[in-house]
Amino acid sequence: MVTDKKIKPIEVLEGVVIRFVGDSGDGMQLTGTQFSDTSAMFGNDISTFPNYPAEIRAPKGSLYGVSGFQVHIGSLEVSTPGDDLDLLVAMNPAGLKTNLYALKPGHTVIVDTDSFTKKNLEKAQYDANPLEDGSLDNFRVIEVSMTSLTKEALKDVDGLDNKSITRSKNMFALGMVYWMYHREKDHTIEFFNKKFKTKPHLIEANTKVLNAGYFFAETLELIPNSYTISPAKMDAGTYRIIGGNTATAWGLLAAAEKSGLELYLGSYPITPATDILHELVKHKHFGVKAFQAEDEIAAICSSIGASFAGDLAVTTTSGPGLALKGEALGLAMIIELPLVVVNVQRGGPSTGLPTKTEQSDLMQAMYGRNGESPVVVIAASTPANCFNYAFEAAKLAVEHMTPVVLLTDGYIANGSAPWKILSVKDMPEIKNNKVTKFSEDWHPYTRHEETLARDWAIPGTPGFEHRVGGLEKDAISGNVSYVPENHEAMTMVRAEKIKKVQNYIPELKTEFAEEGDLLVVGWGGTYGSLHSAVKQFNEEGYKNVGLAHFNYINPLPKNTEEVLRKFKKIIVCELNNGQFVNILKMNFDGLDVYQHNKIQGLPFANGELIEQFKQLVK
Amino acid sequence: METTAEKKYTFKDFQSDQEVRWCPGCDDYVILRSMQKALPEMGVKKEDVVFISGIGCSSRFPYYMNTYGMHSIHGRAPGIASGVKLANPDLSVWVVTGDGDSMAIGGNHFIHVLRRNIDLNIVMFNNEIYGLTKGQFSPTSLIGQKTKSSPYGNTQPPFTPGELALGAKARFFARIGGNVPKDITKILIEAHKFKGTSLLEVLQNCVIFNDGCYTNFTDKAVKEDKQIYLEHGKPMIFGKNRDKGLVLNGLKLEVVTIGENGITEEDLLVHNAKEKDPTMQQMLVRLDYPVATGIIRSFDDVTLEERENALTEQVKANSKFTKADDLFFAGETYEVK
Repeated sequence: MVTDKKIKPIEVLEGVVIRFVGDSGDGMQLTGTQFSDTSAMFGNDISTFPNYPAEIRAPKGSLYGVSGFQVHIGSLEVSTPGDDLDLLVAMNPAGLKTNLYALKPGHTVIVDTDSFTKKNLEKAQYDANPLEDGSLDNFRVIEVSMTSLTKEALKDVDGLDNKSITRSKNMFALGMVYWMYHREKDHTIEFFNKKFKTKPHLIEANTKVLNAGYFFAETLELIPNSYTISPAKMDAGTYRIIGGNTATAWGLLAAAEKSGLELYLGSYPITPATDILHELVKHKHFGVKAFQAEDEIAAICSSIGASFAGDLAVTTTSGPGLALKGEALGLAMIIELPLVVVNVQRGGPSTGLPTKTEQSDLMQAMYGRNGESPVVVIAASTPANCFNYAFEAAKLAVEHMTPVVLLTDGYIANGSAPWKILSVKDMPEIKNNKVTKFSEDWHPYTRHEETLARDWAIPGTPGFEHRVGGLEKDAISGNVSYVPENHEAMTMVRAEKIKKVQNYIPELKTEFAEEGDLLVVGWGGTYGSLHSAVKQFNEEGYKNVGLAHFNYINPLPKNTEEVLRKFKKIIVCELNNGQFVNILKMNFDGLDVYQHNKIQGLPFANGELIEQFKQLVK
Repeated sequence: METTAEKKYTFKDFQSDQEVRWCPGCDDYVILRSMQKALPEMGVKKEDVVFISGIGCSSRFPYYMNTYGMHSIHGRAPGIASGVKLANPDLSVWVVTGDGDSMAIGGNHFIHVLRRNIDLNIVMFNNEIYGLTKGQFSPTSLIGQKTKSSPYGNTQPPFTPGELALGAKARFFARIGGNVPKDITKILIEAHKFKGTSLLEVLQNCVIFNDGCYTNFTDKAVKEDKQIYLEHGKPMIFGKNRDKGLVLNGLKLEVVTIGENGITEEDLLVHNAKEKDPTMQQMLVRLDYPVATGIIRSFDDVTLEERENALTEQVKANSKFTKADDLFFAGETYEVK
């Protein structure tokens, strides 16, 4: 029990990091999502990070079955889910054991004491009960017998079995946290009303438990501090909370509508990319054709077929799936058809760490095919801008008649953030290379001068009947050609076509400094972590430390070299063993390049980045 | 899009300008010409025809057809063809494949495309050998067959393509020799008419690496005695003298002679290609003597596109979303001022 009974005045904080942890069946993802959505409605900026086990229902109480959801809410711009926790809510000993390391000393942990049974302590590999042995002395521990209180709150509700009763204790925890951070419960109650529309007893039960937690925190004076986080300063507009995978799916919907093409998705389920398939299959009303194939190869092949027939074709996958798609991607490259390949990167190699994040598929995206096989590679960097880069991937594919690999990762794909909604009418135009009127001098491989893209002559169009294929093609007719000089010329022109994309993408811009002592370089999903670390580093008094974050990788922005050379030292930070750093070294000689790599399936922490920067700047 | 051609084509309209490069004497020439002759009879416009192939001798086929075409990668033609058809159901989509392409490297796609029943047509050239890689055993090579990769004889038991196809729920299966162009043309037209995935297995002789593998029942001299050409609704009768037939004996098909043991034509089984239950068709597919040819199964079923279209219409009718913005701005949004 907490001894501090004095209620302190409400503190207004800039930001707070909260993590909810429990068994994978405890509903922690739901609890976290509700809290972050409510906070966003309140006007906070948010960033979330779900962390769940690969097992769907891992053995109860086990260390590896712990599921967590972290949310960072703030009144200022929030760009990462945060590192160190201000509040940990642990529904069982295993959750406490695996997450306590992240809690700031002196900060609060809420535990459900009912779950601290001998059996659960053993499963969590505790020799002694941490609530009793003094090991939590450095923290404020709020012990709540949440399971019993939940049962008590529900004793008068009919139609509930024991399981539904214990499963709603997550709402007790949520109620407590709502009160602590002065959040309204309305949004969540509204959510119950929708979700349990046909099960009124569940609406009643969940609402009761949520209220019970809320009032428990309020009236029993058990909370040591009370915080409020004031709204963040954000651009005016209409917002919603969006997850990265949904944003990717919606970006593709927008691109289809803008281009006037029908959207075709060929996909095969794979963690953590499957949610894009789940999202797109819902949208038959927009004419989306989503095809779940028998495997990764059939998935991309069906998309190639759809592209040949004139659709905006997409395939979505994660690392192992991209490996399987390699040969077909080479086919799409040589027959020069538009194709978007979304790779939501996860921990590798092989099956690796399916539910964790990593950036280790960059080289695979660049080079993971036989022969000289260049494709456009771009990367999204936040949950919300998955929308923009999915749109951009489609635009580049269609306008340049090339496969485009869009790299996201488990971190931004599963994370969510406020998104200032973009209307399709405000998105850039997408022109396509379709042809309609045949003239005798038309050839399948004649190219547009500026882009080097060929025409998109689709079946059903009279006069343009032609054959494409994986064999090397004659530079004009597209017929099979084994002529040595032709093969070399075609190899060059395919490379040049990708290079020319440089003329259609934005230049690289740095943040915080345009020249100076140190340039921090990153790409893709680490933007939030790098941005907040460089920001903090500059605020700590180090000057002239810039951030260059890449969204365009192949080709690189035109001015890349110029930007890099304005800094004395460069540190490339990646969640892999050093891939982008080698692309830079390969392209630009004589840079003083350092690297920071993390391969733990986890995002960067602020502290570790700043440590690295300090070693390079005196 | 109109489905019938206004212009009357001849086989020449479907010949591309590419020189055909199969070995002299290969049955592939016969199949190519049969296809070029069948297409004008189908009433489809040239620009609406798409040939998709994988890798292998047979897969050079699209290059020789003056239609839209793609020579893709090994075993994957069914996936590509499915995408073409789902993207534009008005097209007449053909897959050209071989025994290695479809049943070895592409085995997974082969069974799934048959299961789904998309309206496309597969023509499989079965020569019981790998030709393009110069003579290794294939999934249909016989046990004991000596090839470059089985110098002491093949030890892997073969698939019977029809058996595999029916097991994978094929709705249309036909088999024909590679030396009977008129029959091939006739079946290709039927395959085109059939709504759903059709599979035609052509028993194609490879003159270089497996010459004569089918001669014992395809040679003109023995053909009629060794094959039974099945036609829906007609008695299962064969033989030069039309005096042999099939009856059911217990759970097995048995060859009988009309006029012997009191057997008359009325006693013979009547072929029912349209029967949903494939049991009898499976028995026919498995026969070694006589070898069953013709359209063995042609069961009308709902196609995948029909199911998909019906769902799409239903979802469209019930949805409040017509534009992406409707979705983006729906539900839980909030204003920042």
